[in-house]
Amino acid sequence: MSNDHTSSKQKATSTDEFIKGLWRDNPVFVQVLGMCPVLAVSNTAENALAMGLATAFVLLMSNILVSLLRNFIPKQVRIASYILIIATFVTVTDYAIQAISVELYKSLGAFISLIVVNCLILSRAEAFASKNTVWKSILDALGMGIGFTFALFCLGAVREILGNGSIFDFALFPEGFQNWIVMILPAGGFFTLAAWLLIINVFQTRKIKS
Amino acid sequence: MKEAADIEMKKPSGNTKMLRAMLVIGIISALLIVLAFELTLPRVQKLKAEALEKAIFKVLPGTVSTQAFGINTKGEFIEIENNDKPASTYYAGYNENEKLVGYAVEAAGQGYADIIRVLYGYNPNEQILIGFQVLESKETPGLGDKIEKEQRFLDNFKALDVSLSNEGQLKNKVVTVKQGKKQKPWEIDGITGATISSRAIGNIIGTSTMEVIPMLFNNHKMMDDTKSNQKQMDIHE
Repeated sequence: MSNDHTSSKQKATSTDEFIKGLWRDNPVFVQVLGMCPVLAVSNTAENALAMGLATAFVLLMSNILVSLLRNFIPKQVRIASYILIIATFVTVTDYAIQAISVELYKSLGAFISLIVVNCLILSRAEAFASKNTVWKSILDALGMGIGFTFALFCLGAVREILGNGSIFDFALFPEGFQNWIVMILPAGGFFTLAAWLLIINVFQTRKIKS
Repeated sequence: MKEAADIEMKKPSGNTKMLRAMLVIGIISALLIVLAFELTLPRVQKLKAEALEKAIFKVLPGTVSTQAFGINTKGEFIEIENNDKPASTYYAGYNENEKLVGYAVEAAGQGYADIIRVLYGYNPNEQILIGFQVLESKETPGLGDKIEKEQRFLDNFKALDVSLSNEGQLKNKVVTVKQGKKQKPWEIDGITGATISSRAIGNIIGTSTMEVIPMLFNNHKMMDDTKSNQKQMDIHE
């Protein structure tokens, strides 16, 4: 949970707070946080996108509220307070998704309520929102949220293409294509995540060397 | 969390302060949740009702209007007034000539991941099932959820035999067989790769039809008789 470079270094600009979550401190590919939904709900591109957006929304709202109340919450009860705030917005999101589409609610299932224990959100509340202004917290949440959604989409797209031969339910391959069923099963999540981490780490090390 | 402990030692903030913080956050949370619930409730209910309605139209092809029925303790149909919800509800579907298409029946049972809830359509005149839809399932995406999507599997339910014997019992219990092994009209052709889920559907429908179909059929006959000849009905009784 200690991958927060910017808050420990010198003052970062506003754009920097936003950009860092997208790539340099990407919650999934670099910080490797919130793996439960990343592995579980990334079996199709659509599910991955919906889950990413739901998490991003909860992250944004909880960051705002935590930042607003940062001087009001005593240190001893901060974790309990953060969880309470996060759980509230997760419940709100849960109702919202039910009202948006029955189909979507069916496919995301139990994972919506599990956003509560997504350590990405708690870590942003603890490491960032509790120490920074509301404006910066919003930028941080937006960057991290979009970075998380992007990473989930990367996994979901690969798994859907290989495991189901389609993307957003749109068939890509001719009839004869044999789907790699394992990619849709939980094991496929680990394979895909490992492959992405490998690719990104190769790039990062090259960058450091040169 | 050594840091946190240190802070606690140096600067003990009062219990009231902690209590106040939790209380205020609790109140904010409660308000937000109630607000979200109240705002979404009408739409959620509407969507759920729409989904059920759509399912009824699908399992009873040609239906334009529906009527919900409950079953009383004697096993007779009772019409449902506006808002009461009996333990089991059946839906009769009528076509544009106001003739009965069939009955839609809800059933549920254990699948691979969780309880699967389904709706199936029963045509009492030909004594067959004429439609099927999964209402709720958490089956594995890409494998088990083929029971909802695969057309070959859904085609099983276009004319699935559930005819009754003279004793008023189901002649043959509906079962799922291996893919491509379907021979009898009451067998469901299963799905390779969704073996457990497709068998679960066979079980759910098999168990439900054993219980429900004889009752529906008797009621249907009674209603038909009532319509065609009221007097004869009286003598019968």
